[in-house]
Parts: sequence; structure tokens; C-alpha cells
Amino acid sequence: MALEDNIKLIVEQVLNQINEKNKELVPAPVQQEKKTACPAGTDETILDDITQVDLQKYLQVPNPVNGDFYREMKKATPARIGVWRAGTRPLTDTLLRFRADHATAQDAVLNDVSEEFIQDFDLVKLQSACRDKDEFLTRPDLGRKLSPESVETLGKMAKAGAELQIIIADGLSSTAVETNVPDLLPALLQGLSNVGVSVGTPVFVKYGRVAVMDCIGEELKPQAAIMLIGERPGLGTAESLSAYLAYNPRAGMLESERTVVSNIHKGGTPPSEAGAHLSSVVKAILERKASGVNFSF
Amino acid sequence: MILKTRLFGQTYCFKNVKEVLAKANEIKSGDMLAGISAETAQERIAAKHVLSQLTLEELRLNPVVPLEEDEVSRIIDGDINEAIYQDIKNWSVAELREFILRTETTGADLSRISRGLSSEMVAAVAKLMSNLDLILGASKIRITAHCNTTIGVSGTLASRLQPNHPTDSTEGILASLREGLTYGIGDAVIGLNPVDDSLDATVRNLSGMYNFITEWKVPTQVCVLAHITTQVKALRKGAPVHCLFQSIAGSEKSNEAFGINKEILDEAYELGLKEGRATGPNIMYFETGQGSELSSDGHYEADQVTMEARCYGLARHYKPFLVNTVVGFIGPEYLYDSRQVIRAGLEDHFMGKLTGIPMGCDSCYTNHMKADQNDIENLAVLLSNAGCTYFMGVPMGDDVMLNYQCTSFHDVAALREVLRLRPLPEFEAWLEEQGIMRNGKLTSSAGDATIFTR
Repeated sequence: MALEDNIKLIVEQVLNQINEKNKELVPAPVQQEKKTACPAGTDETILDDITQVDLQKYLQVPNPVNGDFYREMKKATPARIGVWRAGTRPLTDTLLRFRADHATAQDAVLNDVSEEFIQDFDLVKLQSACRDKDEFLTRPDLGRKLSPESVETLGKMAKAGAELQIIIADGLSSTAVETNVPDLLPALLQGLSNVGVSVGTPVFVKYGRVAVMDCIGEELKPQAAIMLIGERPGLGTAESLSAYLAYNPRAGMLESERTVVSNIHKGGTPPSEAGAHLSSVVKAILERKASGVNFSF
Repeated sequence: MILKTRLFGQTYCFKNVKEVLAKANEIKSGDMLAGISAETAQERIAAKHVLSQLTLEELRLNPVVPLEEDEVSRIIDGDINEAIYQDIKNWSVAELREFILRTETTGADLSRISRGLSSEMVAAVAKLMSNLDLILGASKIRITAHCNTTIGVSGTLASRLQPNHPTDSTEGILASLREGLTYGIGDAVIGLNPVDDSLDATVRNLSGMYNFITEWKVPTQVCVLAHITTQVKALRKGAPVHCLFQSIAGSEKSNEAFGINKEILDEAYELGLKEGRATGPNIMYFETGQGSELSSDGHYEADQVTMEARCYGLARHYKPFLVNTVVGFIGPEYLYDSRQVIRAGLEDHFMGKLTGIPMGCDSCYTNHMKADQNDIENLAVLLSNAGCTYFMGVPMGDDVMLNYQCTSFHDVAALREVLRLRPLPEFEAWLEEQGIMRNGKLTSSAGDATIFTR
């Protein structure tokens, strides 16, 4: 209970701070409406946004035997049921909604985290040994290493030997990073300051995979590291972020030595709550000098 | 054994059979990741030429993982019928290809030679085949198997109903299950990928689905795709088990990464036959997929097509009811785009059929891959023409638990409609009784999941 109270407190503190900050800074919300000019003489009416329909409440079967039960079933699963058909094929709006959700997932994978985002959060920008997105997708081995230039940058720009090194990486969803980090990072920093953990210089790794944290560990020798990385998008959400935590991050460490907190997004664990929770996990990892299978929280 | 050839005047020399097999593959990102693929398009063809002239005996004597080191190699070699092998061991791979494709060669002929083939031979001939060759060759081979329904009957296309749910909610699972049945889905199996792999959850999930199909007298089989050792424990506790599932790989080392070996599979198979509730005699269900050996570092520098063929050699040992490749699940580092996924799907299906197993396919893709729903619909049409035994059926193709997309209820129904294929006979009779299908066509009740309410 005490832990939950602590998390609530941090969330409140951070939300207040963000609101204060927003008054001056206004780091623009990620989804800015893009206005396109329509040619003169065309109808001013705009079509409804098909992605705003709550699919779990949208029943398309025309005359079901039991409509109430159908609605209950739809509530019980996010699966796309009760969608009906044109012959053996899906209805047009069902098909278009599916394509829209897939488009969001593809964009999350293929787009890059923006330069403004990296500047706004004062992150030192690094890159893995991958030259481009294509190489990132096909060469997981290179995504786990830093480019030689980035090793140099790290040496010049980042503080070594911190208690905790914060690493952010695009992974498989730039959207997850841009959507969650603005709430998560302040909550994490606030929480860490509350429990008295000092942090190094936060860095961002473009084309990064989880194990690139081992490389950064070798260079900076922090006591522990946390990596916030975009998860592979599903059709349900393209915004899911994971946090990987490692005590004594170093080359050759086992996957099982990492502690993972996944499913961070507004429909799962909300980012500010996750940030507060993670600060307690970090504290415990530092105290017990262990992470992964050797650690339970 | 000749490992050398000339192409456009240039000499190509390969160091062993394994290298020839790898370099003869159609281009795959996984082979590139492993650093074993042909370096140029011309080298690829040179390797195919050398491979075409190797004999089946040379392939048997050079398995990609030595028998002494690997139980999968020993199982495959031990299952070869020596009399049939003696008849064909001097054939070149080119001759095997042409034998398969010849108009006079029947399905019965292929089922016979199948018993004399090792997985390296099966992989080798697939590498010499064009996509249409793979379709034609596979289309000749019908493999039937019986659990509660008979799968693989000529003129049928079956489907696995995959009612996955992000928290294994029984109500949620049954919701997708009901909906799928009304599209004629579920004759191959109703198979759940669970979130919770524990014994209690496995028993609960099995019972939930089993009770439903018992109440509605659905002629099919249920399966929870937990680890096989968990399913065995559930079976020992008296849970309703029809068929036993496991993901398998083509080497002992990679199977270790899956937490299995021959002993575990033997024990499960024997217990399933003795204590399981299915009619049988075929009760095993295996999933595979190119690239899994490399991903667990158990590929022994062999290519992913050959390692995949070895999965089928291992599967054959257990007379399976179902085997399918999950062809687009592994990601772009192994199969880069839709072109590679489609090629792999056709290879896997052909190799499975030539090995003698009732091969199906999870025609699918993940969201970090250069593929979309149109691509896997293409693959499903191609494979249906090749006689593919079954596909997956997922609501709108969106798996809300595994976060990938595959074929939908609608897709299976449409494939049957376009290609004049039917559900499995026992299942179709039941669909008629329920008023869901008449003369092979869906009725106006199809698509309403609430017809299954009392």
C-alpha cells in the first residue's frame, strides 16, 4: 500500500509540474492536426473519422438471434467479432479500419523519432552500428552495438560512473517513444530524486536494440541502467513501450539478467504511473545489486 | 562427389554439401544474417547446378548435423525405409525433381518414395524447384490423418480456429470460438495460444473449450498450445486432452532451447495415446518456421530451408495429426519481405507433404515486416491450389494476443468459395445440422455468433 501511495504522490507531483511547464514551454502534443486545403467548390462537410469508432461497442450483425448477448461477448474480447460480411468477405468499413490500424503500426516501425523530441528532452544522440532502418530490421546483431562515432560522443558528452544510466531507444516503435516518454521521463526522474538515486546523462540511441545497453554499460560503467524502448506494434496499439533494467550492465550479459516492465501505454500501464513505479524498481535493484532472474520485486 | 562447376566460364568450388545446400537457396535474409548465403546471383545458380548433380546417397551420407552429435539427425536417418532407399539412392537431385513433376507420377508413387527420403534430400529438391513446381509437386500428394475428424481429404480445406485472448478470459475465448464456427472454421482444431502457461490455466482453458464443443456436439478437437510438459501434466490430472502440441526445431540443440528432446516427445506421445480423449490414431500437433534454429544458435551453419525440412523429418516420427509452419511470424531478419515469405510458405508446404505429413500453414506477418494482408491472401490462394491441408482462422486476421496478423474466418470461407473446397466431411455435416451451411455454401445464419445460445 505504501508503495502505491508513493506512486500516486509522484504522479501528482509530476502532473502538476508538467501542467506548469506546459503553460510556458508547450512541447506540442505529438498528434498535431494536419490541415489540408480543399479545392474551392467542393463540399465543406467532412467524413467521420473511422478510427474514432470504439470497435468493442460496434455490432454490425444485422439481425442477431440475441443482440444483448452479442454486446456482452464483444465486451469480453478486443477481437474483431460481430463484424458481419458481404458474401464471404468483410464489410467495407471493417476492412478500412483494419487497414488504418495496420498503417499506424507500419508508420510506428518505419518512422524515426524526431530531432525536436531529442532536443526537447536534452538527450545525447547516439546511433547503433546500423546505417539505416532497413539494416536495423535485418541485422539485430548491429542494432546491439554502437557506431564508433557514437562511442566517441559518449566519451565526450556523457557522465561516467553514475548510479543509474537512462537510455531511450526507438526499437520497433518510434510512436511508443514519442507518446510515452514525455510523461514517463519526468515521473521517473522525480521518483529517483525522491529515493535519492543520482542519474547520468540521458542518451537516445537511434536504431537501437535492447542489448545496446550492454555497450553503453561498458563505456560508462554505471551501477545500473534502464532502457526505454518501443515494442513491436500490434494492430490494437502501436504505442506500447518496454523498460529493461540491468544491474552492472556489461558486454556478454544474459537476457535473463534483465528485469522487464512491458505494456507501458495509455491502455496498459499509463506512462506517468510506470515512471514512478520504475523509480522504486531501480532503487531496489541498486540495493540488492541484482536484476533479472536473480531479482524479484 | 563433385562440388565444382563452371558458369559463364567462371569456376565455382564449394567446400562441402552443407555449403552447396546453403548457397543453392533462394535469397533469404536469415541466410544472409547467418553469413552462409550465396554472394552473387551467379554463385546461387552455380550451387543449384552442383546440387542438381549430387546423388540422394551423397545427401544421406552428409547430413548437415552429424548423427553422432544430434538426435534429430538420428531419428530422421533411422526412419528411412531401406528397401525404398536402395531403389532411389543413385538418383541425382535433378532426377528426383523430374520424377516428382512427371505427369505419370502419381500421389501414391510420391508417398512411396517419401519413405526413402532424408530431410536433406527433401530440402535439396525444393531448392531446385520454382514456385509453380512447388505448387504442382505438392498438389499431387494427399496425406490424411485422423484425430476426431479426418484431415487432408481430397477436395477439402480445413482450418484451425484460433480464439486467442489477451488475458485468457473464458468468455472472451468462447466469443471468438462461437463466431468462428458460424463461418465454418474449426474443423482442423480449436487451438488456443495461452497467455498463462501454468498448469491451472491450461486445465481451465482446455475444459472451457471442451465443454463448449461437447454441449454443441462439434466434431473436432481442442488443444491448448502450452508447453508440452504442461499439457502432459494436465493430461495426468484428467484434463480433456485431444491432441498434444509442441513447437519443434531441426536440431537437438534448438529443441533444447524449446525445452524439449526425444524423450519428452516420446513420453507425451505414449501418454496421449493411452490417456487422451481423441479417437486417434493421430494425436500430435507441431508448429515450425524457417529461422528458428539460427535464432537459438542451433543451426550448425546450415541454411534455414534445410533446417526446416529436418523439423518435418522429426515430426513424421510421431505420425502427427497437424503440422504447420508459422511462416511470417519470425520477422524480417529471417524472411525480409512478402516475396521471401511467399517463397518460404510454398517451400515449407511442399517439403512437409513430400516428407509425408498433413501440412498446413499459418500464412502470416508481423508489423515490422514489409508485408501486409494482401500478401498473405496471395500466399493462401497459392497454397490452397497446392492442396494445403489447413490455415488459421482468426477474427479479421488480427490476433489480439500474439500481436500479428494471419488469415481470417472470412479468408478461409472465401478460399473455399473461390476454389470450390469444402470443410472436412464430419464437420460439414454438423454445419448443415446447425443451419450454417447448405450444399457447401454459407447460409444467412453464418456470421451470427449468437446462434450458439440457448
